[in-house]
Amino acid sequence: MIKVEHMTKMYGAYPAVIDVSLHINKGEVVGFLGPNGAGKTTTMRVMTGYTPPSEGNVTIAGYDVISHSLDARRHIGYLPETVPLYLDMEVTDYLRYMGQMRGMSRKWVNERLPSVIDVVRLGDYRNSIIQKLSKGYRQRVGIAQAILHEPDILILDEPTIGIDPAQVVETRALIKELGGEHTLILSSHILPEISMICKRVLVIHDGRLVADDEPGNLSERLRRTERIEISVRGADNISEIVSALRDLSMIVDARRDQSAAANRNNNEGVIPLVIDARPDKEATENVARAIVEKGWGLTNMHMIPMSLEEIFLELTTDENAGE
Amino acid sequence: MGSTISQSLNNIWNVAYKELKTYFSSPMAYVVAAAFLAITGFFFVASVSDAFSEASIRGFSAGAIFFMIFLSPALTMRLLAEEQKLGTLELLLTSPVREFEIVMGKFIASFLMLVIMLSLTLYYVLILFIFGVPDTGPIYTGYLGMILYGATTLSVGLAASAITSNQLVALVVAAGTLTGLTVVDFVAERLSGTAAQVLNGFQLGSSFQTFDVSNFAVAQGGHFADFSRGIINFGDILYYVGMTGVFLFLTVVLLQSRRWR
Repeated sequence: MIKVEHMTKMYGAYPAVIDVSLHINKGEVVGFLGPNGAGKTTTMRVMTGYTPPSEGNVTIAGYDVISHSLDARRHIGYLPETVPLYLDMEVTDYLRYMGQMRGMSRKWVNERLPSVIDVVRLGDYRNSIIQKLSKGYRQRVGIAQAILHEPDILILDEPTIGIDPAQVVETRALIKELGGEHTLILSSHILPEISMICKRVLVIHDGRLVADDEPGNLSERLRRTERIEISVRGADNISEIVSALRDLSMIVDARRDQSAAANRNNNEGVIPLVIDARPDKEATENVARAIVEKGWGLTNMHMIPMSLEEIFLELTTDENAGE
Repeated sequence: MGSTISQSLNNIWNVAYKELKTYFSSPMAYVVAAAFLAITGFFFVASVSDAFSEASIRGFSAGAIFFMIFLSPALTMRLLAEEQKLGTLELLLTSPVREFEIVMGKFIASFLMLVIMLSLTLYYVLILFIFGVPDTGPIYTGYLGMILYGATTLSVGLAASAITSNQLVALVVAAGTLTGLTVVDFVAERLSGTAAQVLNGFQLGSSFQTFDVSNFAVAQGGHFADFSRGIINFGDILYYVGMTGVFLFLTVVLLQSRRWR
């Protein structure tokens, strides 16, 4: 459905997106993940034909976004991050106008409008002036204009940014529903959002595509370290424990656990620690053995699977920074 | 191909219809129309109030074209600047709509507003016919001239609106450009030969002589002069239509240039 081949986008001398290639099939629900300024919006703008790529090709439903721009654009419903709306128009007038600009006949718009307003739950506000709506409701109007013309492809740029938490939950549920009917691409810098909605995550950082996988696989593949929490009794000081653990080949780092939970029931002489270890089936056994061999007491041991947030940090911080 | 053209006309009309509706739902159009009627009314009254004054619309049209320099940009300043400020231009340009369709739709909306404004002045003509015996020729050509002249000022205003997201900047740039085109005769006076002729050839309408109320009959420079005298000059029509075309084309190019950046 969407093919991006070696796409680079320069703004002057500054590369916003560098050599990105990706294929998105019909019906896929894909999340662009990356911090602000990573190149998510630029990639979306190239896909929608708003801005041409500096190099490479982008085709939408078989149409090149440059040479067959109008045909490509017909397949897309797009909601930019800024949620552009004519503030002085009524909701239905705005939707009618956008529908017609998307090539819908007056009849088609009128038939489709009630069900769209229903889907985004705007019923009570259909005749409100957009200016008077809250950010969350404006977001719904924005989503409504994107889905009104029944596009094959739906592109939503940061669809939950800046709206209040209660409405975020509803908006996410709505987007998840839409994923069933469309090829859906959304961008976000919030991991739980992406993993909740998307079956495929594309991680973009500094203009490059750094990962492309299922949320589950991604965490598996990228799990370069595991985290183990332990509590040790009987050691004189923390550096003694750390040096004992560092002798183990699979241990990357060990440090005092500063979290409130670990220190809440702090018994005298018990030191809580966090250990980062390479994936190794025997990591926990080896840690336990090392502690016991020193004659200390191991009062607690707990393995924590790495959360997506941490993988994200891992992915998007420079490769060499931590080493 | 036929469906492409009808789709194109559809898009143009959709944009024009939406903008017209916006004109009537915001105070701007009413304020501009009121100002236009007040100013031209003054010029009309001043030009026909003397004891032996001529029953013509020349006084009214002289004032009308001069103040269109400011009022036309006031009508157009919102049209594209606002789309850029709200970000809605991004939605329009990612819809299956061509830039020239957007520009034509917006231009047509502002042009229809201008025609509505001018039609509100027809009661001046009615007054002339009630109290005098006006020569009908200069009235027809005067209105034709004002429509053509107005179209040019609107196209300049639209181009200015395409370069900025700030309406005030659009207004000042357009009014400045139009003022420059109007007062080129001052520069031309200080030149000689071809340069002076070329400059005079580009004069949009009558210059500050407009304010010489006692002298409306003679003081008319630029391409508007013949229209007010009842003469239809092909060169004048070509000038206004050409300038309008050039500035509308420039607007389209300015919109397209967003894609190259």
